[in-house]
Amino acid sequence: MKLIINRKTRQNIMTHAALIVVCLLVLMPVLFALAKSTQTRAQVFHYPPQLGPGTAFLDNYRTAWNTFDLGLYMKNSLIIAFIVMLFKTIFSMLAGLALVYFDFPFKNGVFYFILFTLMMPTEIMIIALFNLVSDLGWGNNYAALTMPFLASATGVFLFRQHFSSIPPHLMDAARVDGAGPLRFLWSVLVPMSWNTVGAMALIQFIYMWNMYIWPLVIIRENAKQVVQVGLRGMTAVQDTTNWGVVMAGAVLAMLPPLVIFILLHEQFTRGFALGQEK
Amino acid sequence: MQAAKFKGKLLPFVFLFPTLVILVAFLYYPVIQTFRLSTYRVAFLGLKKKFIGLENFVDLAKDPGYLHTLQVTAIITAVVVIGGLALSLAIAMLANRDIRGISIYRILLIWPYALSPAVAGVIWLFMFSPGFGAVNYLMFRVIGTELNWLGNPRLAVTLIIVASIWKNLGYNVVFYLAALQNLNPEVLEAASIDGANAWKRFWSVTFALISPMTFFLLITNITYSFFNLFGMIDLVTKGGPLDATNVMIYNLYRDGFEYYKTGLAAAQSVILFVAVIVLTIIQFRTSGRHVHYGG
Repeated sequence: MKLIINRKTRQNIMTHAALIVVCLLVLMPVLFALAKSTQTRAQVFHYPPQLGPGTAFLDNYRTAWNTFDLGLYMKNSLIIAFIVMLFKTIFSMLAGLALVYFDFPFKNGVFYFILFTLMMPTEIMIIALFNLVSDLGWGNNYAALTMPFLASATGVFLFRQHFSSIPPHLMDAARVDGAGPLRFLWSVLVPMSWNTVGAMALIQFIYMWNMYIWPLVIIRENAKQVVQVGLRGMTAVQDTTNWGVVMAGAVLAMLPPLVIFILLHEQFTRGFALGQEK
Repeated sequence: MQAAKFKGKLLPFVFLFPTLVILVAFLYYPVIQTFRLSTYRVAFLGLKKKFIGLENFVDLAKDPGYLHTLQVTAIITAVVVIGGLALSLAIAMLANRDIRGISIYRILLIWPYALSPAVAGVIWLFMFSPGFGAVNYLMFRVIGTELNWLGNPRLAVTLIIVASIWKNLGYNVVFYLAALQNLNPEVLEAASIDGANAWKRFWSVTFALISPMTFFLLITNITYSFFNLFGMIDLVTKGGPLDATNVMIYNLYRDGFEYYKTGLAAAQSVILFVAVIVLTIIQFRTSGRHVHYGG
């Protein structure tokens, strides 16, 4: 008996040790960036490399925020991410409601029509989308960064899948109460959909925040640029790059999606990853 | 399970209207336009357009530069996807153990999902920089020389691959963990009673049972390598050195937005589109699941 417990304990210690090593390896690049983001140019270039905190913490972050306009870019990214999160969630819910709780002509056709857009990431039609959005005169405003992304098959499918798994007798109860579809959506479906809503919010926020090629080609005016392209501006002059400031920029740029991720990762797992297995 | 239905023939279309309008205007229409553009030669700034049929595709097929781009894309994609998935599965197996503090370990393993390819690229570029990057310093201590990661084609490709695998870890571990947690413990127990050793048990039971998830991840990771690598490559290597990291999407971007060869770039879009369609069809045929690109 004692031997078995010992073996179990030993196995647990081994597992802990392995997990700690792997976690540290995964964390290392970011810890490195974090340390370097506090160092002056001289400390960054010091040989051998110094991995402790430096003395330029405030200077570097202030420079990234003000001189390189990262504060402005982050504000822009936040605005477009929230607009897309909000409207895409609403539009996808409404589409899910129509597809699950109504019968109408060409329902399957409409479904496959939406399904097919899964095969059309922005990058595939970027030339034509560029022409279209430029012709609409949106070249320099938030509309260019939000309008094309307000609907997606991914969103419609998440809600369609989730609504289909809700027991049908709830619908009957709602009808006895005389509730219309929107009432039903708001007071029955929404309260049961927080995992899906959370997963959607996380996926959309990260998708919009990390957007790169589209804002790079469509936005000409600096005042409307987004954070990822802002980082590009910081590294543009390789030889004279102040890497402490660039790392401060990288750390700032990763903070908002990390915060959202830590808040919503449970919903993401339950509402999206586990759903894939059904 | 069939839900009861509301009445109304018009109402569902009202609910679908916003989604359908956006998808038609900003997905279907540009895709059709892309196909049309791919048959034209467009002069600078689109002032002159000439219909040339399939000539853009013929030009691409004859261009050694583009064939090199296809090869580079295939190699980077293959290594990122296979290496990344193998590593992610190993980590997910480890994180699937039932020990104390496991939820904290899990967060510490999956957070890179929130990172952008651009941020990941910039950090790895910095770590591998000659002179002050930590990795190069370690190399110097171990092998006695520093490597010029951005000057050597093979090393630049390696840098992009390592950074991408790292950035993808979070996403892949989340999905593998979900698959492992959905496994029926009785099946695993039965296999261990059968006396199969751990290695054999893994391949014949665990790996076989989660193969649908592997397939899902295969497709999402391939599309990641096709498209999302752009941010990293644009920030770190600019497609170089000697076009070693000039993947399809980066080549398309340069032809379309730096050299203004709109028609030629549109033809490359069509090629990418066909590749995505083929992948998606394969996925539907084998598993009947939907691909999510994260849009």
